[in-house]
Amino acid sequence: MKGGLKKKIVKEIKVDLDKCSGCRACEIACSAFHARPKYSSINPARARIRVIKDELNDVYVPIRAGDYTPAECNGRHVYTINEKEYTECSFCGVSCPARDYFKEPDSGLPLKCDMCEDDPPLSEPLCVQVCRPDALTYVEREEEVGEEEVKRGEMEIGLESLANKYGLQKIMDTVARMSMSKKG
Amino acid sequence: MRYAETGFNLEIDLTRGNIERVETDPRLTELHLGGQGTAGKILWDRVPPEVEPFSPNNLLIFSTGLLLSTPVPGANRSVVDTFSPQTNFYSHSLFGGFFGPELKHAGYDKIVIRGKSPSLVYLWINNDKVEIRDAGHLQGKGALETGALIQEELKEEKAQVAAIGLAGENRVYMATIEHSNSSASRGVGVIMGDKRLKAIAVRGTKDINIARPAELFEICNRQYQEIYDNPYCGDIFLHEDDESWHVDNFAWGNARGRVKGYWNKEREDKWAGITRKVGVRWTSCYNCPKDCHLGISYPKRHKYFMKCYSKLTYAMAAYQELDFNYDILGVTQEYGLDGFSTPQVLAFAIELYEAGILTDKDLPGFPSDTAERFFWLVERIVRREGIGDALANGVYWAARQIGKGAEEFDHNTMKKFEQVPLKLGMINYPYFLMYATGEKMNITQIEGSYPQVPIADKEEREEFVKNWDAAPDRFKKWFLEWEPRQHQSIEAAVNICDWNETMHYIDDAIGTCAFLSSFRGQFGGRPPYHIYNLPNFVSLATGMDLDTDGLWEIARRNRNLIRALNVRRGLRRSDEKPPADHWKKRDPEMETKLLDAYYEFRGWNNEGIPTKETLDKLGLDYVSKDFVQRGILTDNEGTPSKETSAEKGKN
Repeated sequence: MKGGLKKKIVKEIKVDLDKCSGCRACEIACSAFHARPKYSSINPARARIRVIKDELNDVYVPIRAGDYTPAECNGRHVYTINEKEYTECSFCGVSCPARDYFKEPDSGLPLKCDMCEDDPPLSEPLCVQVCRPDALTYVEREEEVGEEEVKRGEMEIGLESLANKYGLQKIMDTVARMSMSKKG
Repeated sequence: MRYAETGFNLEIDLTRGNIERVETDPRLTELHLGGQGTAGKILWDRVPPEVEPFSPNNLLIFSTGLLLSTPVPGANRSVVDTFSPQTNFYSHSLFGGFFGPELKHAGYDKIVIRGKSPSLVYLWINNDKVEIRDAGHLQGKGALETGALIQEELKEEKAQVAAIGLAGENRVYMATIEHSNSSASRGVGVIMGDKRLKAIAVRGTKDINIARPAELFEICNRQYQEIYDNPYCGDIFLHEDDESWHVDNFAWGNARGRVKGYWNKEREDKWAGITRKVGVRWTSCYNCPKDCHLGISYPKRHKYFMKCYSKLTYAMAAYQELDFNYDILGVTQEYGLDGFSTPQVLAFAIELYEAGILTDKDLPGFPSDTAERFFWLVERIVRREGIGDALANGVYWAARQIGKGAEEFDHNTMKKFEQVPLKLGMINYPYFLMYATGEKMNITQIEGSYPQVPIADKEEREEFVKNWDAAPDRFKKWFLEWEPRQHQSIEAAVNICDWNETMHYIDDAIGTCAFLSSFRGQFGGRPPYHIYNLPNFVSLATGMDLDTDGLWEIARRNRNLIRALNVRRGLRRSDEKPPADHWKKRDPEMETKLLDAYYEFRGWNNEGIPTKETLDKLGLDYVSKDFVQRGILTDNEGTPSKETSAEKGKN
């Protein structure tokens, strides 16, 4: 399958925890970029990046929204780094039932970081651009991959979580009913 | 549609346990913006002068500035307003952090608290769901510790909490309200404690409407970079290791005198070493690229955040080294004690002991070491134990309760309130006016736009003025003419006082931080926010049609309304004087002229009372009517015209 190898740009955001001042500008910029219309509102509750804070323990961790999972994980390790305690959740960007991070506050649907994909593309994701202390930095690297992954849209991700919750049939029934009533 | 604001206040009656969400009048936003301005209107309407500060009818108002939760960088200040038992006047404080923006996203511009709870409670605001919850288990807990315990108990780590410590619970007059990396100082915690309200926790996830969001976002992005790059804003001093400005210019002990030759390179290195050892992180407030609050982890103390000049206030009051200051802040911050006034109260007590006014009978077991004495006194003050009961009322009242000549040692209060410990030589005209007439009780809340000292070199001065975008032209002229060791004219002094105050009244209404605006013009002359660019931020956020004159007019209205609150409670010309020994050389004749000129400039009568004409022109005719009814103004004072708005309605 050598011929199937393709070069792919992998986008990464590096986090330097020591540099985070906890200002949450990343959350604000993210929510503005993803508002529709773009920049029409800011609301950190809708952001796909969050600064997890435990101020009295000097823990400041910006994490990006990752995948949705219907179940919470069973392992809850506590790590001690430089005399500071971090739980596994401090570093985890998964939208899971154990907490209300990375869920649309109105619908409860999961949110996921898309690295600010835009047309024309941004030089860097907006959270990185606004992070003046450089706690967030953007790196691109090339990687060879077997096949281009099928990119899933936001709607598909959202629908999948609905399907997990209610079953696919119920969603199809609902969509059918909605389109009927719209026609009527 | 309401823009930049939610249009709703939360009304809490702690006596009856009643909670209401009340829609506000959009016209008040046009007249007063928000924050301190609209809070002043509520205090005027609902707290008549007969209401004692400790009455259940006194209000405690938490306000968000108008621009909070918009993209405007550094607009994150919450305002706390009430009436103070220490001064019996209007009491005003501010704090940054994250509380205000969260409250706005929960759907409220203000929390208006009245009544008194029968037992210690806390308030939990989670969007539309608001509960008054038992706080019995939090009694005696530290202020920041309380925040962490509430987050844990609610399983809501994103809740923002403002809380009092033991000092507030025991109604100590120097009590603060603590939140995250910020403190509301100047004694507002005493009323929160009196109402038996230990804390307020808030979580909000709603959107805020912005009138012209894309345009606002665009200029805010640029402003964010400008603030980050601007070396003249933020807490410049706290980032420096060279403390010569404070230790050489500010007074030590109970605001007594300077210590000459204290500062040297050796001490600077030593102190810098201490700060590196205990400082863990420079932190920011919400949506601000400056990092003004240093997280401190001192051995065996709770972690806390150091802000501003509290880095030195305890050390200088006790004639100790910096290490002592970091140590005692670890205690006082958790008790929720004001880092400006408390050290003076402690130093005052030690002076009384040394003078034989307080004896071993009053202070049984009083240690011999000054540092230990400070810790000893703090424990008694926050519990109001023994002598601590009198000291907990601040220097002015404690001096009178203790008697035996203690009054002589109360020399740094003004309007019964502890002032920044400064003892200077020659009277300074604009500063005389700011001290004497300010409603905000501390010079740091009044000064800040016009430089404190002239620039000696003429070319440098011209260069400064050329880049001085923040200043109206008349100030450029006055500054160009200002030579070292020279007084400025009465006219200049009056205008400088007005401009300095105006910028604070704007910040305190819209929530922009004084470190980016009203306090930061005086060094470098390049505050990121000023009278010429602020109207655009406000207009784009709110949809209001606002220009520089319009913004100045609103600040004038708010300034007069706040003045009226104090006038109605008895404030008169005789109260308007700085601490007696603030300047060694006074000039009574000139001071009279200055005060006369300032009152005239403001449209106030000879007693410092806004005239009917002044009030009516600002749309405050309900104030002038009240003044006439109460006999504070007579009908023929201030040459009222028949054309004024107050009269229009009747004809």
